[in-house]
Amino acid sequence: MRLRPTCNKTTLMEHIVIIGNGISGITAARHIRKLSNKKITVISAESEYFFSRTALMYVYMGHMTFEHTQPYENWFWKKNNINLIKAFVKAVDTKTKTLHFSNKAQLNYDKLIIASGSKPNKFGWPGQDLKGVQGLYSKQDLENLEVYAPNNKVCKRAVIVGGGLIGIELAEMLNSRNIPVTFIVRESSFWNNVLPENDSQLITKHIKSHHIDLRLSSNLEEIISDNNGRVQSVIIKETGEEIPCDFVGLTAGVSPSIDFLKPSNIKTNKGVLVNRFLETNISNVYAIGDCAELLEPLENRRSIEAVWYTGRMMGEVIAQTICGKRNAYDPGPWFNSAKFFDIEYQTYGWVNAKKNKPEHEYQFHWSHHDNTKWVTIAYNLHTNTFLGINTFGIRMRHETFNNWLIEKRDIAFVINHLHEANFDPEFFATYHKEIQKAFHNQFQSQI
Amino acid sequence: MNQKPQHTMSIVNPNTVNLSLKQKLGLCVGVVGLFILILAGCNASFPNKTLFLILSLVLITVGSMIFSNAYLKTSKGIKNDGIWFKSLTSRGTLAWLTGILITTFYIVLYFFPEYLGLGTNGNSNSGLIAFFDPLSKLLNGNPASQWFVYGTLYTLVILIFGYKFILKYRHNRYQQLRTISVMFFQLGFAFLIPEFMSRLNASPNYNLPYYDLKSMWPLNYYLFDSWSINGLLSSGNLGLAMLIFGILSIFIISPILTYKYGKRWYCSWVCGCGGLAETAGDPFRHLSSKKLSAWKIERWLIHTVLVFSVIMTIAVIYSYLMKDPDTYWLSKNAFLLGTAILLTIVFTIVMLFKRHEIGKDASYGAIGYFVIITSLITLYVSGASDHIFLIKSSTLRAAYGFYIGSIFSGVIGTGFYPIFGNRVWCRFGCPMAAILGFQQRLFSKFRITTNGGQCISCGNCSTYCEMGIDVRAYAQKGENIVRSSCVGCGICSAVCPRGVLKLENDSMHGRINSNDILLGNNMDLIDLLNNQQNND
Repeated sequence: MRLRPTCNKTTLMEHIVIIGNGISGITAARHIRKLSNKKITVISAESEYFFSRTALMYVYMGHMTFEHTQPYENWFWKKNNINLIKAFVKAVDTKTKTLHFSNKAQLNYDKLIIASGSKPNKFGWPGQDLKGVQGLYSKQDLENLEVYAPNNKVCKRAVIVGGGLIGIELAEMLNSRNIPVTFIVRESSFWNNVLPENDSQLITKHIKSHHIDLRLSSNLEEIISDNNGRVQSVIIKETGEEIPCDFVGLTAGVSPSIDFLKPSNIKTNKGVLVNRFLETNISNVYAIGDCAELLEPLENRRSIEAVWYTGRMMGEVIAQTICGKRNAYDPGPWFNSAKFFDIEYQTYGWVNAKKNKPEHEYQFHWSHHDNTKWVTIAYNLHTNTFLGINTFGIRMRHETFNNWLIEKRDIAFVINHLHEANFDPEFFATYHKEIQKAFHNQFQSQI
Repeated sequence: MNQKPQHTMSIVNPNTVNLSLKQKLGLCVGVVGLFILILAGCNASFPNKTLFLILSLVLITVGSMIFSNAYLKTSKGIKNDGIWFKSLTSRGTLAWLTGILITTFYIVLYFFPEYLGLGTNGNSNSGLIAFFDPLSKLLNGNPASQWFVYGTLYTLVILIFGYKFILKYRHNRYQQLRTISVMFFQLGFAFLIPEFMSRLNASPNYNLPYYDLKSMWPLNYYLFDSWSINGLLSSGNLGLAMLIFGILSIFIISPILTYKYGKRWYCSWVCGCGGLAETAGDPFRHLSSKKLSAWKIERWLIHTVLVFSVIMTIAVIYSYLMKDPDTYWLSKNAFLLGTAILLTIVFTIVMLFKRHEIGKDASYGAIGYFVIITSLITLYVSGASDHIFLIKSSTLRAAYGFYIGSIFSGVIGTGFYPIFGNRVWCRFGCPMAAILGFQQRLFSKFRITTNGGQCISCGNCSTYCEMGIDVRAYAQKGENIVRSSCVGCGICSAVCPRGVLKLENDSMHGRINSNDILLGNNMDLIDLLNNQQNND
């Protein structure tokens, strides 16, 4: 790889400062280093070294140690001349290009990349700041979890509020230590604000099969304290039921963690406002990842996407811009993945939930009789164009679907070539024939 | 960071999930079986040895099976909860105790078999070895030796833990099939067939050596020893066929299979060492070091062992070709010349076609090649002596057998499972793995494919790689994993929560790829950078 011509001598020692050492900030740092000799400093108040946030659950479950969540050995940063600072940025002065730390120290930058990530949402519930009430986002959250829910003697029951991906991960974590879990979910079926009804109902079944006390169509009214300021119970709004518990997990989504920017000149809304080039209103200040809010969102997409992959992609793009090759953030077809207990989920393109589903979107659903494998494929009813797939318990190839989406293949092609997209390990049973059969049966019956 | 508040050095883990009643029952049954073995080791005189031997082995097997059946009560899926909290699997007290126990067992087995009751100077066996006499007589017609006892227990362990492994991974057909395969090859090829074959050795002229057909040179480093060669040559067509099969295995069969499927066809589907590592060693797979420094040590060590084993074998063959030139059709100089030509061909092909792929490693390969060629020349020049670098070939052979064959592969390789992980020998020492790995890296269709941009860098793959490969380092770059050490166990793919990894055999073209920007991002940008890369 030779890609260094863009940085000439005058910009050689330009100081790039990145706030946040998550996937976005670190990807930006790594790519800038690949492309240039610029001085790079990464600041984090959370951890000394980059770790994979998505892997915190496996530390609690005993699959890995915290060290395993760090993708690079500690010597990597020095070797690649990336300075790491563990400090909390209190304020940003864009006029003097200075960062002010909570320990009174200061740091000057030439270009600033804000990648400060998210914080768990709290919606003003009474008792939301009690001891034993927390989200699951940061390393500190994991440490607190070990204090308030280390086992089922200290924590006889845990309550999780909010049925998203972090909520279900937290349920799996607590379950692994045999802590009984009550899972309070606003929706009438798990995650049906994102998943189509069939998908959502099968996941709901799977959650229940793991002995999670799932409370659908329920909201949190209040968290009640004991005499020592620790959580004692929660009250459900709809029924008024009081559930005694020793831990409450707040997992009703995340929002940008940008309080430290409020007094600055950098324009913010929910997140740091950026254009498609990830530039803020202040020149030489950029924002990427969870904390960035796109002024003009991409087609079909939200202005803030707190997803691992988008954070990484923004980091890849901003590095090009910083190193002289100004590039817009313009990702390819949407994709994502998750795991619901034992069921892996991947999605490519768009398969909309009921509430967002446009009139032209038709969804074909197939499920295996054991209810651990199923797919939902969306296509345009008028043009037959393939729109997207949700696949559960069957691994699919990103590259294949990426191509099919770009090439705007029609549904018949996708169904007939499904085996090409299979990414399950060797010797696994395949289901493409069954899926094809089901599709053709349904299709004929429609005609 | 101290995340494990409850992890004391205490043997009793406060966090352990209580055993079910069934598991306790299984434990009881198994321990009774084990206790009978211990009693036998202490020379207890059983009224009916055969009955008690059967009883003991059956109880151990049934007990462990009942214990393992606990997996059936859980849902299908990855079962790694609490692995780093358990003393046995996180280098706690239990791990050290187990390690020391296995290590001492190996030391006694290799160097003091009389403690196990091996009858010396024509005396009959006693103790544990005598306890196995009935089984040995049934299978091969002779009293047991320490190797028979070891072989029986080794096979039993692979079968028992293989059963457990199959239940643990019962959602994964790849894992199940390859485990059934290692269980089959251990029971049939490594245990039963050689025992039956030794029954053929009725006449003094017919002297088949113990020969595990699937164990290839140089893992089977004694294949070309004179006693082995003479034994095979003295045993009619069968012996000759076996010798030819042995030579074909390493020079023809193995290269073809490795080309098609990678070294996994051997290391995690057939091999006995691999079989033990994958079954009994499975609870320790996450203990292998993933540091870059460990990888450096690995590459030096394993290739040094390979060069050592090649030189040792050449010297051994040369010495008997020299001593009895009339016995063999092959002359010593023809042998030296043939070996030199073969090595030169391999070396030239690699340097001509694969130089750009191995980069810096080319010079290390060259060092190995020249060391071996120099040793060939030394032998040739010294003419009537079998000294190589002033060391006698028999000394070389003895040193190899002691340090590599016994200490490295047995005492350290297996004894240290609970400390360094289950593939220490395979990763750092096995010369067979070095040869297969060399081919896997350069001439094979096998690779682990990563799934576009789906990696979340969680690190499960790297953690559970028994060979210490930092799988994540490749996956998060969307790069295929083509590593000589990969034994293709498929666990990285199994533990991945996002469906990112897949073991595949596909065309050689584009097998080694690297992307600057991952799939999923701006297509123009990806194209732009990839084109730049290709033009470089």
